Amino acid sequence: MSTTFELTIRPRKGWQPIDFREIYLYWELLAFLVWRDVKIRYRQTLLGGLWALLQPFIAMLIFSYIFNRLAHVESDGPPYKLFAYAGLVPWTFFSASVTQSSNSLIANHQLVSKVYFPRVFIPMGAVLALLLDLALSLGLFAAMMVYYRWPVTPAVVWLPVFLLGAILAAAGCGLVLSALNVSFRDVKYAVPFLVQMGLFVTPVIYPVRYVPQRWQVLMGLNPMAGIVIGFRHALLGSPASWQVIGISLAMCLVLFIAGLLIFRRMESRFADII
Amino acid sequence: MKPILEIRGLSKQYQLGARSGPKMDNLREVVERSVKAPFHALFGRNGDSNGQVELPTFWALKDVNLDVQQGDVLGIIGRNGAGKSTLLKILSRITSPTAGQVTVRGRMASLLEVGTGFHPELTGRENIYLNGAILGMRKAEIRRRFDEIVAFAEVEKFLDTPVKHYSSGMYVRLAFAVAAHLNPEILIVDEVLAVGDLAFQKKCLGKMGEVSRGGRTVLFVSHNMPAVENLCSRGAVLHQGQLQFDGGAKEAIQYYLNSLSTRSGTGHLVELDGVGDRKSRLGPLLKRMEFLTGDDEPLNEGLLIGSRLKVKVHFDLPKPTSNFHVGLGFNNSYGQRIFTAHSVFDPNRWQTECSGRQVVSCDIPSFILVPGEYTVKVWLEVNGQEADAIEDAAKMRVLESDFYGTGRVPWNGTFVLKHRWCLERAADAR
Repeated sequence: MSTTFELTIRPRKGWQPIDFREIYLYWELLAFLVWRDVKIRYRQTLLGGLWALLQPFIAMLIFSYIFNRLAHVESDGPPYKLFAYAGLVPWTFFSASVTQSSNSLIANHQLVSKVYFPRVFIPMGAVLALLLDLALSLGLFAAMMVYYRWPVTPAVVWLPVFLLGAILAAAGCGLVLSALNVSFRDVKYAVPFLVQMGLFVTPVIYPVRYVPQRWQVLMGLNPMAGIVIGFRHALLGSPASWQVIGISLAMCLVLFIAGLLIFRRMESRFADII
Repeated sequence: MKPILEIRGLSKQYQLGARSGPKMDNLREVVERSVKAPFHALFGRNGDSNGQVELPTFWALKDVNLDVQQGDVLGIIGRNGAGKSTLLKILSRITSPTAGQVTVRGRMASLLEVGTGFHPELTGRENIYLNGAILGMRKAEIRRRFDEIVAFAEVEKFLDTPVKHYSSGMYVRLAFAVAAHLNPEILIVDEVLAVGDLAFQKKCLGKMGEVSRGGRTVLFVSHNMPAVENLCSRGAVLHQGQLQFDGGAKEAIQYYLNSLSTRSGTGHLVELDGVGDRKSRLGPLLKRMEFLTGDDEPLNEGLLIGSRLKVKVHFDLPKPTSNFHVGLGFNNSYGQRIFTAHSVFDPNRWQTECSGRQVVSCDIPSFILVPGEYTVKVWLEVNGQEADAIEDAAKMRVLESDFYGTGRVPWNGTFVLKHRWCLERAADAR
C-alpha cells in the first residue's frame, strides 16, 4: 500500500490556494465532463450540431438587416455580414458559456452533494464543452471568407491569444456566477438579461470607431470588447486599437484569477446549501 | 503502525432555516440587503452577522474521535439524524468540518449513492466510463475492468442503449457494478444496498465481503443490522452527533438496540408530556398513550400474538378543527417499520370539529406481528401537517401464543397469517 499518500481534512475558512496537484490528479474527469456535455447537448434534436451554426448565423442576418440596412451602421472595411459574423463568433461563445456555466453547479447538484472532485471542473467543463461549437462556427466563417473573397492576413497568428482570452473571460464570469447561483437563484434570472445588455456595450454590431476616443479606454474594461476587436483583427485584418485590446486581455486574466479564488473560497459550503 | 484513518475532535455545525431571514419592513431595506448579500457571501468573513439575525444552529457532529486500522470493516450505526451521513460526507470531502481534523493514509473512494452522475441520455457503455471517472477511477482502470463490470451487471445486450430505456432493476445493477469494482484502500459506503432486488442485494453483499476480506478498509453505514453483523468486524454507535460506543460489531448492535428501548415507557400507561425528544411543530400536544387488550384490560405483560389490541392516544388540539389525524408506527427491534396504523385509512373516522383535550382509540382486531419487542411511534397531524411526533414513544412486547391451534409457535418471518394445507393427490402407500 502507498504509505506515502496522506491527506488531512481540516475546517476550511476564508481564502484558499488553488490546488494544482489535485487538478492534475483529476484531469481525466474534466475531460469526461466535457465529453459528456458535448455528447448530450444535441441528443434527440433534429438539427444536432447545426444549432451551433444557426444561432450566430441567423443573428448575423438579422443584425445586418436592422443595423446595416435600416440604421446604416457601417463596418470598418469588410462587408458588413462578414464583419458582424466575425464579432458574433466570440460573442456567441462567451454568452453561451456564461449562461451554461452559471447554471452548471445547480444542474449538477447531485454530483456536488454526493461525490468529491475539484468543483471548478463543473463550470470549467461547461465552458470547454462549448469550444466545439466555436470551432464549428469558425469553420462556417472560413466558408464565408471564401464566398466573399476576403483575404486572410498574417494577423491570423493572433487568433489563439484572443481565443484564450475569450475562454478566460467566460470561465471567470462562469465561476463567480455559478458559485453565487448556489446561494442566490436570482443569478439564473439575471444572467440572460446581463448577457443581452452585454451585446450592446461590446462592439459586436458596430465598429469601435463609433465610440468616442475618450470612452474607448473605459470600454476596454469590458473584457469581451478587446476580444471582439481582436477576433476581427485576426480574422479580417481590421484595424486594431491595441490600447483597448491590452486592457481587455489584462481584464480577462484578472477576471479568471479572481473567479478561481472566489470560487475556491465559496466551494466548501456548496454541498451544505445547494 | 499508524491508523489508516485518524479522526480527531471532529465537529460539524449546521445553520437551521438559513432562508428564513429577518423581517424586512420596507422596499429600501429589501433592495439594500439583496445588494449587500452577494458581497457578504463573496468577501464577508465567515459568520459575519452585520445586520443579520443570528440563525439557530445545531451540531450534527460533536467532538468525534475514532481510529480505524487497515483491514477494519467498521459499521456505523445510529438512528436517523445521529450524524452518520454527516460523518461520511466529511470523510468523503463533500463538506468540510467546523472543527477537528481527519488524517487519511491511503487512497479513498466513497459511495454515498449508486449511479451518481449517470446520465439518462448516455448509453450503458458511456455511463460506465463517466460514472467510473466520477467515482475516481482512471480511464485505463475502467477499460481493464470493463468486461467484469458488464458481466456483474448482466446488461451485455443493452450496452449501447441509452440508460433511460433501462428497467429500474437494470439501472441499479449497472450503477452498483461500477461502484463494486472500485479498488481503493479505503471504501466508504452509505446505505446503498436498500436498492435492487433481493438476489442482487445478496450479490452486492457478497462482493463487499470479498472487498473486505482482501484486507481493505471499509466504513459502512446501514440500518440493516444483519448486514452490519455479517460484514463488519467493528461497530461504532453515533447518537445525536456523538460517538457513544466503539467496539465489536455484535456488541455495538446490542448497545444500539438497547439504547432504542431504554427511553421508551413500559406498562400500559405511557405519559408523553415529559418526553423531550420529539418533533413538535405546534408544541408538545401529545399527552398520553394507553395500551389495552380487547376486553379493555390494561396491557401490562405483553400482547398474545393474534389477539385484539386497543391503543388510546390523549392529546390537545389548540384550535377547533375537524381535520386532525393520529398515526401509530410499529418498528421491529432492527428499527424497520413493520406496520403503520393511521386514522386516515379509516373511512368511518370522525368528522366533528373539536378543540382541547381529545382521546382517540385505535382498535386492531387481530395483531399478527411475530413475537418480539416493538417500538411504537406516535404522531398527530393537524390540517395536513405533522403537529407533534415522538419517534420511540412506547415499547410493546408481543408474546408467543398458540395462534395456529397446533401448539407450535411461529418462529420466522415478520407476521403470521391463518392458512390451510391439504393433500391434493394422495398416492396410497398400501
